[in-house]
Amino acid sequence: MEGTAVQRRLIWQVATVAAVTRETPSVRTIELSVPDWPGHRAGQHLDVRLTAEDGYTAERSYSIASAPGEPVSITVERLKDGEVSPYLTEELRVGDQLELRGPVGGYFVWEATDPGPLLLIAGGSGIVPLRAILRQRRRSGSDVPVRLLYSSRTLPDVIYRDELDSYRDDISASYTLTRTQPPDWTGYAGRVNSALLAEVAWPAHKEPLTFVCGPTSFVETVAEGLVHLGYQPGRVKTERFGASGGR
Amino acid sequence: MDTLDGNALAGLFAEVFGAEMTNVTVTCRTCGFTAAIGETVVYPRLPGAVARCRNCTAMLIVITKVRGVNCVDMLGLA
Repeated sequence: MEGTAVQRRLIWQVATVAAVTRETPSVRTIELSVPDWPGHRAGQHLDVRLTAEDGYTAERSYSIASAPGEPVSITVERLKDGEVSPYLTEELRVGDQLELRGPVGGYFVWEATDPGPLLLIAGGSGIVPLRAILRQRRRSGSDVPVRLLYSSRTLPDVIYRDELDSYRDDISASYTLTRTQPPDWTGYAGRVNSALLAEVAWPAHKEPLTFVCGPTSFVETVAEGLVHLGYQPGRVKTERFGASGGR
Repeated sequence: MDTLDGNALAGLFAEVFGAEMTNVTVTCRTCGFTAAIGETVVYPRLPGAVARCRNCTAMLIVITKVRGVNCVDMLGLA
């Protein structure tokens, strides 16, 4: 898709909601019909702008949840006291219009030609850009080995659960639930720490390419833990979002 | 306050520079730390956008909008 990344002025445009899917009680995926979409790369995001009747505007950046070549979609988590996310997760209907611009970003991006193996680590809705990467890996026929570590509060909070299960035979996925675990839970419990990273991450000598996305404190813990394991900082790509809804 | 990172400014950077910038490597003038703009520390909800060094927190890039015009200050870069 790099061929599509020609110099092009970034403009706001109007997109129409084509479909909405409830992922968890607080998370929804919104598929958008964007007339002039130039194509995107796995891991990129887009900016959404909402304008109130009095002219007040609020902008937020959301990771693109779909792979290059698929219809553009974003997955949004409703944040307590959020300005934008309650509208996107509760009010928005099919056929409604939204202002957006994008795609943007080129740092937290994976290409099928990037040397692997891949380590993907997500906290909460940080799984969204990693889902785009997993989809792109499948679409491109890449056989780069993948390990996924996904931390959620509870099992019902796991986003894309069925889809991630469909990769069962193809990638090594580990889950940890930080708040409560079902009685028959066979995954990990508790927050990601150095011991868990040492257990599930690739050995550093395999020179993995790592993508870490989640709340700021989660990303800091993981990034520090990986460097402690001997990972090259330049091969650990990070993306943080704030509980304030800044991203 | 939770900080974000330079990825959150990708749209603004693209608007100002007309190109993707988060993958561009910058060097801090204060401490010499080198990292991609995507790795810089960004505080949300300030008037204007400020990207700081992840190593020493010195200001690297400041973008403010004055009467509709984006003003860019990159004095923090080596």
